[in-house]
Amino acid sequence: MESLVRVTGIAAPMMRINIDTDQIIPALYLGGTDAKGYGKHLFAGWRFLPDGSPDPAFILNREPYTRARVLLAERNFGCGSSRERAPKALREFGIRAVIAPSFGGIFFNNCYRNGIAPVELPIDAVRAIVAEVEAAQGQAEVSVDLEAKTVVSPGGARYAFDAPETLRQMLLQGVDEIALTLGRMPEIDSYRARDRQRRPWAYSPD
Amino acid sequence: MTAQVAGTRTFFDKVWDDHVALRLQHGADLLQIDRLVLHELSGSQAVRALADAGREPMSRGQVFTIIEHLISTRPGRGPNDSVSASGPSMIGTTRDASRRYGFHFIDYDDPRQGIAHVVAPELAIAFPGATLVCCDSHTSTVGGVGALAFGIGASEAEHVLATQTLMQSRPRTMRVDFDGTLPAGVYAKDMILSLIGAIGANAGIGYAVEYAGTAVRALSVEGRLTLCNMSIEFSAKYGFVPPDDTTLEFLVGRQFAPKGAAWDAAAAYWRTLPSDAGAVFDRKVALDCSALEPQVTWGISPQQVGAIGARVPEPQEAGDAESRLLAERALEYMRLAPGTPLLGLPVDAVYVGSCTNARLSDLRAAAAVLKGRKVKPGLQAICVPGSTPVKCAAEAEGIDRIFREAGFEWHESACGLCGNIGDNRFADLRVISTTNRNFEGRQGPKTRTHLASPATVAASAIEGCIADPRRYL
Ligand code: SF4
Repeated sequence: MESLVRVTGIAAPMMRINIDTDQIIPALYLGGTDAKGYGKHLFAGWRFLPDGSPDPAFILNREPYTRARVLLAERNFGCGSSRERAPKALREFGIRAVIAPSFGGIFFNNCYRNGIAPVELPIDAVRAIVAEVEAAQGQAEVSVDLEAKTVVSPGGARYAFDAPETLRQMLLQGVDEIALTLGRMPEIDSYRARDRQRRPWAYSPD
Repeated sequence: MTAQVAGTRTFFDKVWDDHVALRLQHGADLLQIDRLVLHELSGSQAVRALADAGREPMSRGQVFTIIEHLISTRPGRGPNDSVSASGPSMIGTTRDASRRYGFHFIDYDDPRQGIAHVVAPELAIAFPGATLVCCDSHTSTVGGVGALAFGIGASEAEHVLATQTLMQSRPRTMRVDFDGTLPAGVYAKDMILSLIGAIGANAGIGYAVEYAGTAVRALSVEGRLTLCNMSIEFSAKYGFVPPDDTTLEFLVGRQFAPKGAAWDAAAAYWRTLPSDAGAVFDRKVALDCSALEPQVTWGISPQQVGAIGARVPEPQEAGDAESRLLAERALEYMRLAPGTPLLGLPVDAVYVGSCTNARLSDLRAAAAVLKGRKVKPGLQAICVPGSTPVKCAAEAEGIDRIFREAGFEWHESACGLCGNIGDNRFADLRVISTTNRNFEGRQGPKTRTHLASPATVAASAIEGCIADPRRYL
């Protein structure tokens, strides 16, 4: 897994509630088993006009937001479908952190496994950062420090955030989660020996 | 959160605690996963990533793959038919991997085939107290048989393939009590839509939701599956109805259910799982169903819903500023003016299908309305049964004839037009649909989706506009 410690960059405000993963990447573009190739379809329904050209009104098509590294969003960002191509598309576009009051649960976990920090801040904090970003026409940068668990606004305001510790450590270190688990197989096997006694039917469907 | 003492545990606590293979640091747990279900859209990605990393699946017998997402619903379909350009390759990847690894594999022409969340209970792949995961947000559907089932991403599925475990943080618990008796013409779909309307599309973030109350106990397993299906539409990853007699009667004898003495042992264990009388939930919600009316959505979030006799609301009526903005955007996208009555709103197409509402009882409810009647001329009307067994059972009862004679297309089972994967049949149309998502573009470019129960959709097919099914009882 790709690691992330901190990111500083252009932040794009997309202050809308319930931005679902069907919007982040529509089903039409989920094709293929490749790990890459989704960034060009990020927000396809909003980013492009019917003729396929970029919609100049959409934020990620406007300078400087074409270089956004951070997204600022309203509550429940990434709700809906479990599609992991949603964080993959964000990551390929260049997004390394999304700051919102809350996230869809599956999307939240998927972000960590794709090099993106989903950062929960209260809505007032998000709005304050958006106000600073907009006052600077987007030119002022926002920092997200996953190690220190802080967000620093363009004007220097610091906001502490909480993150699930196990996922945070995994992302900081870029660990191979599967290798970690496989390393603990003896303990898992002894759990399974007990569980098999209790629930044999769970292990051997005929 | 710590485990609660015996006698005060919820169903969720019991099932979770029994699956903790390892307590990790910082409050996360490594859970034993009993069943991994994969489909060709996301499962193919997980399988490919596993192979690319040079790893092997750990517990092949606990992995089930089903061709159901991208495969065409066209009658007479072939093994790789798909309206999605990349469908054939993803179907191929899934099929090859399933054979190579020896997973339980259900191909497009298998008599057991169908939408994963419909098939899993039909075959008792899902069972009470099982941890079941699938790369699909509607996996909680099978919480309807008392499984702890949840949607995961493809990377998480790769981890399950390689280790048959998954790291998760323990969610909080919520109990939703649906009390009273459901009136005629009102169904599980209406219950869950009205709940989402009442508490909002993000009320379930971070919660595992137990559905309880007299109206839930009275539901058939099929109705419970519909209820649990839409947990994710208020952002709850987990939703379930703890097992009771109804659950056990439904499961006994199904293909992957334990048999004989093993069944007795399993059933005895399952009966210990329901929440203890003194169990404490982090949040409780109660809804009375006695006066519930058929529900229909008017917007682009499932929380934008009303009783069928209601009018499209004024955006100012929505709670906070963001909900107002969402309402304004919804009215623009749905091309609706505030104050418009939902009843009588003309529709261009009707869709009966999906893991929400395409089981046999759903098709029966729609057929009861359609029998001897005709779909309004000019309307597209499509029925896609939730599974091949549902389709065959419906055909044996003559339900397909009722649908066809009314003017419906009768398809093979798959996800079909629930999500838009390349077939633009519903582009720019207003559709009333038994599915679960009314998101922008969900069923096609500029498609305006109204969610409702199968009976409401059938009544609307006849009248050519949103119609009240209670007139056809
Ligand atoms: S029927 Fe629709 S909601 Fe259900 S799994 Fe298929 S695409 Fe998803």
